[in-house]
Amino acid sequence: MESNYHVISTLVEDKPGVLQKVAGMFNRRGFNIDSITVGSSEVEGQSRMVISVHADEKGLEQVTKQLNKLVDVIKIKDITKTAVKRELCLVKVSVPNAKARAEIMQYSNIFRAHVLDVTDQTLMIELTGDKKKINAFISLVEGYGIKRIARTGLTAMSRGV
Amino acid sequence: MRGGEAIIESLKNMGVKTIFGYPGGQTIPFYDMLYDADMDHILVRHEQAAAHAADGYARASGRVGVCLATSGPGATNLVTGIGTAYMDSSPIVAITGQVPTHLIGNDAFQEADIIGITMPITKHSYQPKDPDLIPSMIKSSFEIASTGRPGPVLIDVPKEVQEGELTEFRDDLIQTPGYNPTVKGNIKQIKKARDLIKEAKKPMILAGAGVIIANACCELKKLAKTINAPVMTSLLGKGAFDETDDLALGMLGMHGRKVSNDYINESDLLIAIGIRFSDRTTGRLDSFVPDTKVIHIDIDPAEIGKNVDVDLPIVGDAKNVLKSLNKVLDGYNPSDDVNNWTDMIKAKKQELMPRVSYDDVPLKPQTVIKEIAEVLTPESILTTDVGQNQMWAAHFFDTQKPRKFISSGGLGTMGFGFPAAIGAKVACPDDPVVSINGDGGFLMVCQELATVREYDLPVIAVVLENRTLGMVYQWQSLLYNNRHSQTLLGNSPDFVKLAESFGVNAVRITKPGETKEALSSAMKDNEPVLLNVVIDSEEALPMLPPGAGINEMIGEYKLEKDVI
Ligand SMILES: Cc1ncc(C[n+]2csc(CCOP(=O)(O)OP(=O)(O)O)c2C)c(N)n1
Ligand SMILES: [Mg+2]
Repeated sequence: MESNYHVISTLVEDKPGVLQKVAGMFNRRGFNIDSITVGSSEVEGQSRMVISVHADEKGLEQVTKQLNKLVDVIKIKDITKTAVKRELCLVKVSVPNAKARAEIMQYSNIFRAHVLDVTDQTLMIELTGDKKKINAFISLVEGYGIKRIARTGLTAMSRGV
Repeated sequence: MRGGEAIIESLKNMGVKTIFGYPGGQTIPFYDMLYDADMDHILVRHEQAAAHAADGYARASGRVGVCLATSGPGATNLVTGIGTAYMDSSPIVAITGQVPTHLIGNDAFQEADIIGITMPITKHSYQPKDPDLIPSMIKSSFEIASTGRPGPVLIDVPKEVQEGELTEFRDDLIQTPGYNPTVKGNIKQIKKARDLIKEAKKPMILAGAGVIIANACCELKKLAKTINAPVMTSLLGKGAFDETDDLALGMLGMHGRKVSNDYINESDLLIAIGIRFSDRTTGRLDSFVPDTKVIHIDIDPAEIGKNVDVDLPIVGDAKNVLKSLNKVLDGYNPSDDVNNWTDMIKAKKQELMPRVSYDDVPLKPQTVIKEIAEVLTPESILTTDVGQNQMWAAHFFDTQKPRKFISSGGLGTMGFGFPAAIGAKVACPDDPVVSINGDGGFLMVCQELATVREYDLPVIAVVLENRTLGMVYQWQSLLYNNRHSQTLLGNSPDFVKLAESFGVNAVRITKPGETKEALSSAMKDNEPVLLNVVIDSEEALPMLPPGAGINEMIGEYKLEKDVI
């Protein structure tokens, strides 16, 4: 993985405007967010945001400190090194013929993906994994013609207790 | 009790006696309740002035300043003032009216998402959706605005919430688990600072606004005297250390005192306190203290290492940290090396005193500031606008006490000085208040002459008339081949007549000695006055051009010792 790619896990208050504040802060300080995912956490009234971002060491330090300053941000952790990272991807692939259908199903099996919807011309496949795995799957099925991709962006959690 | 009354009651509980504001459709309920309330309100003539006045009030007193505006255009008119307060860490609470909750999101008449608009320039914001929330939100706003690194907080109150009845008045602080500023400095770091100080042979101190905000000026003085180190300040640090003291070198930076700019890089230890190392203070970063160890004390961890690499960071409140540092330095005596260094710097300071004595007509601004300084007492508050007028005031006026020099640093907002003076006067009615303005900036807020007249606020407005947007004009002269694009102001207005039309006395000043005379008599009269001082439009302070290092000022630095 590139050295300046970071995954930051933050615990924030579940209030209107918090996502805007966090995203706005990154933007204002000149950082591009790769992805940001938000959902409820184990604590009521608090959400967990997982942000992946490209930044050098100094930039990351600054962004972390600035994040910390937001009143609604409770905790921040850079979990790049320790985290299990997962993303969910839905992809709709064209199926030109029966041979293609068999091949795509086979790839899906290898990638432990699930077929969610079938028509005579398409397959909708659900896949979870890290970015690399998803990219690999997409490039495998690209040849058949991809009709649509929807990715959730990365969520992540540190290993261990 | 209704929402609007709860706002007033809560403000009173926070010790607020005066608010600055301007009414409108979505604040009519509030203003109706204010009608009978025991709360002073200053009706400014533009909402931006309300925010600046609240800011000036806060900076002069250390207490939270409050401003109020209606929704939509009223609220957006506050934006520049909120941004100014944000950049300079000034605690204000801005209250705005909002369209009724059921209309929010409908592009209702005078609806603006003021919370969204001000998100990057507020420390925090609230929008009570229920009158019961008002007391807690006001109290929490004051808490957040005034603690840690202070800053503006906005409360956006929908109209029906102002009118709604409270079921009970409860003002418990809203829980903010993510907000716990570090006040106390880490003692290990403080001891390391002591060790660095003991090793140093050529120490210097650089103080910023944080010292003033933390009320740490006595502690700073003690430190400087104990370790016998010369003290420089940033623009906003003026007053953190008595500038008439032997050890005071004056302001550092783009238009800083020559002795500060020339010698800072020679120091072997820089103790920077409550300062954010703005580019206007440091010049080009890679030639700022390249061989100097830096101790950086600041309450905001995000400031540490942001611009200048630091050898020893100490996060904490300046007063708290300096107290501990002074304690661990107990019994320390500076070495001969240190004393020799400081003696040398003191001698250089005398030698490099900037020239203020001129008898030229048109007047030299240096002389005008000198005459103002001769009249003002150490208690007097000087506010400035932005531009050359600001830099002249900062450069030539020795500020002796904290909260007596008030200026827009970070945002550099033209139109700040005069309304800030109004706020300062309300905060400190017993102290003389003088604002120094340019002729450009003053016109942006001259309508506030009505405010000082109507409320009999004896603010003295000095307008330095050079008929140019001087600071920009100066850059054009020096760096753009004298192409003075859009910086000539022409002959309008006549500032004396302008003031008189508001019922404010004014004096036109053109010769040496007249500023002193007019200012003395204005201070005796205790009336609002405008001093229209005609100055030399070609006068300019030396400066660091863009990209220059701190000791690479261009322009002639004229010295007082050369006066024959
Ligand atoms: C609101 C605002 N607009 C523009 C500027 C850019 N600016 C900085 S200094 C300056 C000139 C100020 O002219 P004047 O008020 O006459 O003061 P002087 O420099 O002549 O003393 C300008 C236009 C600013 N700082 N603030
Ligand atoms: Mg001017």
